[in-house]
Amino acid sequence: MTDDLKSAILLTGDVFIEGARLISSLNFQVVAGGWTCLLGGSGTGKSTLLRLIANLPVHAKLNGSLTSPLGLNLRRDVAYMAQADLLLPWATVSENVTLGSRLRGERVDQERLNDTLDRVGLYTLRGKKPRELSGGQRQRAALARTLMEDRHLVLLDEPFSALDAQTREEMQNLSVELLEHRSVLIVTHDPLEAARLGNQLYILTAAGAKLVTAPSGPPPRSTSDISTLECQAGLLDSLKGLA
Amino acid sequence: MTRYTKFVYPIAFALTLWVIIIELFDLPKYILPGPLDVADSFWKSRWLILEHTYYTASEVVIGILIGVSIGVITALAIAYSESVRLFVQPLLLFSQVIPVFALAPLLTLWLGYGLSSKVAMAVLIIYFPVTISFYNGLMRTPPGYLDLATTMNASKSSKLWHIQVPNAIPSLCSGLQLAAVYAPIGAVIGEWVGSSKGLGYLMLLANGRAKTDLMFSALLMLGVLTIALHGLMSYLTTQIKLRVE
Repeated sequence: MTDDLKSAILLTGDVFIEGARLISSLNFQVVAGGWTCLLGGSGTGKSTLLRLIANLPVHAKLNGSLTSPLGLNLRRDVAYMAQADLLLPWATVSENVTLGSRLRGERVDQERLNDTLDRVGLYTLRGKKPRELSGGQRQRAALARTLMEDRHLVLLDEPFSALDAQTREEMQNLSVELLEHRSVLIVTHDPLEAARLGNQLYILTAAGAKLVTAPSGPPPRSTSDISTLECQAGLLDSLKGLA
Repeated sequence: MTRYTKFVYPIAFALTLWVIIIELFDLPKYILPGPLDVADSFWKSRWLILEHTYYTASEVVIGILIGVSIGVITALAIAYSESVRLFVQPLLLFSQVIPVFALAPLLTLWLGYGLSSKVAMAVLIIYFPVTISFYNGLMRTPPGYLDLATTMNASKSSKLWHIQVPNAIPSLCSGLQLAAVYAPIGAVIGEWVGSSKGLGYLMLLANGRAKTDLMFSALLMLGVLTIALHGLMSYLTTQIKLRVE
């Protein structure tokens, strides 16, 4: 199934940190219009790869190539969402969600803002400050901010790892629904999350990104689905084998 | 205990200690007048003291306004531009190596005996704490916020204005509180070196005429002035912080 999907991002080569090789012979692609999961233990360089793609400052150096077969501009077409919701504590939900427009000095599209807030279920809370929201609501505000940017490539750096299991599943479902047709790269250390969400799954090790067969069926897959659970178990075994 | 009654015991303790010292060492009035002598002198000279307080307060308030403005602009400039930072930082440090007090005679020479040399002293003494506290706040912005802004294609000035400045407001506020306490010190030193007005001048005058009770009254007034400034600044900064938190 993955073969007929064009890649949004193609990343090949070796990654070095301060002269030492962190990852060698990497060959990794982000599928276009779907979810690519990058799974790995801590310190394997998952976030580093994501930051390389996002054009953010990294200590690491890529000795290879980073291209977009889909023709994406890595400065203009990328939205980023991190584990911390990164909501500005002094700004209201609305102000946080429209941060991109405000930073670029653009006019805020009120209609789109209201629509986006409505879709994440925060319309009534739009005037609240982040500290007045729950963890799940905060992450939904961060998702709304990502949606407002309307970028094709969405990079998610363990965005749901700080949430409780139930809220995490809700956020995963909501994200798949709202980020439909976009190319999503999600970095995670949670095998279940990868099994539920990935059209394409990779396990990142020092020897490169190993492609793993994704469960059948479109994401978000049910947690009670047998192929999801088998995939989760397989991913967990692979991770344990690496440790 | 309420806001005000919590001061009652420490003040009573200080007054008692004051009286005990006078009794114990049998000190004459011109060396250390008692609390009642000072109160008496304060009341008798109240208009004189108020007049001089007015001058010192003006110097301090103008000094704070100018010093804070220059400090805020400096902090923004060195946070914004690497080259400005490399140029200004050594100068800023150097300005702290020279004790501000040592500059007082020079300032009086250059700016005269009037208001401006005292304002300049107050400005010099608060400039560094205001600049550094605001600058530290600007630079201590969580990197995640700035990464997010980078992916949103924000310009450097836009990041500074929308993210770093609001983030630095609490630090700036602690700088402002320091300024409220330091500025009167600068103004009074300026008055000591050369002036014909202000509480510092009044203290020197009273000292020269062995009117120690008047000197204490001026000192007391200076303390009241500084506490009032600090209280006002605390109120202002609390209001500002409420808006960014």
